[in-house]
Amino acid sequence: MKDKTASIESAISRIKDGDTVMVGGFGVPGTPFGLIDELARQGQKNLTLIKNDANEESMGVDRLLQNGQVNKLVVSHAGLNANVSKMMSKNQIEVEFCPQGILAERIRCAGAGLYGFLTDIGIDTILAKDKSRIEVNGRSLLLEEPLKADFALLHAQHADSLGNLSYTATAQNFSPLMAMAADQVIVEVEHLLDLGDLKPETIHTPSPFVDLMVSLPTLTSDYGVLRRGR
Amino acid sequence: MGFLDVDVRERMIRTATREIEAGMTINLGIGLPTKLVNYLDPRISVCLHSENGITGVGPGVEPDLADRNLIDAGGAYVSTLPGAAFFDSAVSFAIIRGGRLDLTVLGAFEVAMNGDLANWMVPGIFAVGVGGGMELAQKARRVVIMMTHLDRHGNSKIVPACTLPITAAACVDRIYTDMAIIDVVDQVLILREVAKGISVEEVIDATAAPLQIPDNPVPKF
Repeated sequence: MKDKTASIESAISRIKDGDTVMVGGFGVPGTPFGLIDELARQGQKNLTLIKNDANEESMGVDRLLQNGQVNKLVVSHAGLNANVSKMMSKNQIEVEFCPQGILAERIRCAGAGLYGFLTDIGIDTILAKDKSRIEVNGRSLLLEEPLKADFALLHAQHADSLGNLSYTATAQNFSPLMAMAADQVIVEVEHLLDLGDLKPETIHTPSPFVDLMVSLPTLTSDYGVLRRGR
Repeated sequence: MGFLDVDVRERMIRTATREIEAGMTINLGIGLPTKLVNYLDPRISVCLHSENGITGVGPGVEPDLADRNLIDAGGAYVSTLPGAAFFDSAVSFAIIRGGRLDLTVLGAFEVAMNGDLANWMVPGIFAVGVGGGMELAQKARRVVIMMTHLDRHGNSKIVPACTLPITAAACVDRIYTDMAIIDVVDQVLILREVAKGISVEEVIDATAAPLQIPDNPVPKF
């Protein structure tokens, strides 16, 4: 059996300048802070990041943005990170906004080996202006193209030594989709279990999608409950 | 959104709870709409959906008691009710696009008389992305807007045609504001109710788009 476990340094060192990297997570839950921090430490540049959101200032992918490692960001929104707006207004970063469900489906589409899908979401909006239109049964629809990546960085609550993954609560979000859509999938794991200790029916991502796993010995404060003083 | 007197805001939210019926599957937008939950009759059983992958969202939770992995789409810590489910983002939006949402309640910058909604972008000022707003506005079976009648400069947010980039075309069914309840029916705005202390004439003056006024006295809320 191939050993998929790796040190965090060697796993992240596979990422090269100019790569496209998908990052799991919706807010804090599911964001692989450990892998992101290692990518910030190693300093790969000219990255394209694909993520639901841009985390919050000074957390997660914002560290990559602040480091100047990211050329382009593909997200559904960046409403909780004011730094993104600042960088956009200074032309320090290119941002592509994609409706959230369309972002998810474009990633799923790539992972499922498909070449696009048709939708009416956003068809009357400015987001439609550069998209191809295809007429089907008399109805004009937008062609949405698949979104793939060189790497996916994910966080799993449980994994077994083969690379089967299970996520918890709302930490699932984009992770099972991104696990299918990247050439190499690197997962940080809270609890690495022996083979057979993860029940087959609780597995969200089956092992063939997973390339490397990094065991998280401890969780940094980034993983904890955020206190925004609301 | 402009700032509202607490009493007026509470009355608007309380009034909008009448949209919600037992057994509905509902998505509440970030901000004011999310607060509807706090005014619901606990005996009414509804299924709250959150875009980040929950059906059966329960009440909000204080940070000390929160599960670090359990938030709603607005980033607030929540609980789950018996019967809740977690799923990935593709499934979550299949629920929306597939027509399983009976109702969504959203905020707005502008609503046009034909039901066009603008609530995601002010060019040059506010452009942080649309999140799940387009899918919700386009695909929920009923789209209800809850907003201040006027923006912070005193301009009507109900307009003949949207000046801001729209979220979805001809999608709005009803508007709740601090001044009035207005339905959008076949591209016509119909005044249904006015807030206590506000006259029909004041609503007409504060609304940039033409309003159809019923012959009968307009009820107060």
